[in-house]
Amino acid sequence: MIIDILSGLLLACGGLLGVIGGIGIHRFPDFYSRLHAVGTTDTLCAILIILGLILQTGLTLDAFKLLLILFFLFFTSPVASHALANAAMHGGLKPWLSNAEIKK
Amino acid sequence: MTHNLIPRVVSKLLIPLIILFSLYVQFHGDFGPGGGFQAGVIFSAAIILYALVFGLDVAEKIIPPYILRLIAALGVVLYAGVGLATQLLGGRYLEYGVLGETQVAGQHLGILLVELGVGLTVASVMLIIFFAFAGRGRP
Repeated sequence: MIIDILSGLLLACGGLLGVIGGIGIHRFPDFYSRLHAVGTTDTLCAILIILGLILQTGLTLDAFKLLLILFFLFFTSPVASHALANAAMHGGLKPWLSNAEIKK
Repeated sequence: MTHNLIPRVVSKLLIPLIILFSLYVQFHGDFGPGGGFQAGVIFSAAIILYALVFGLDVAEKIIPPYILRLIAALGVVLYAGVGLATQLLGGRYLEYGVLGETQVAGQHLGILLVELGVGLTVASVMLIIFFAFAGRGRP
């Protein structure tokens, strides 16, 4: 019962973070801030959802497979955001600044 | 050189795992989800990641294109050969049951060999397509 509530809470938090990332990628003005919104929430969203699922499966082979997926996402997701931002910077895309900073 | 240091390090960690996972999908495919096509695509994705991070020339040194063409043909020969073998043993084309002592053992062996042929061909054809597109414009 407690485990069910805990896993539901983790799943809900993970889903909420995913939605926040989606709103961020939709509403932010330029490439870097959009990447920031989705790149930071994405990893924690995946971690919370997979932890919630592990609480549901218990100590089985499925939990181990979920842990492997978690390990994989933990490494690939930040590296993918890093590679995107790096490629944009390398390609010469300037970050969007406010008018006051441009005038200086 | 230094601006892609992080993808280099992480891809060194991940490429062996991706190849291992493709072998799991290949040879566990008759018990769980998976099979030759998916395993071939995952395997070629590992090599494509290597080519993207470390450069096309290095990747072509690891798996030269003429070997890829040989493997692609070998997979088709394996598939067709299993079919012909079942015909020679008295069954219909790709009727796996006659391959082994019992019906189940024959089915098992036949599926494994056919999926191996599919996996070999798919992996090498994906890589041939990638190398052909990525190598455009080179002297």
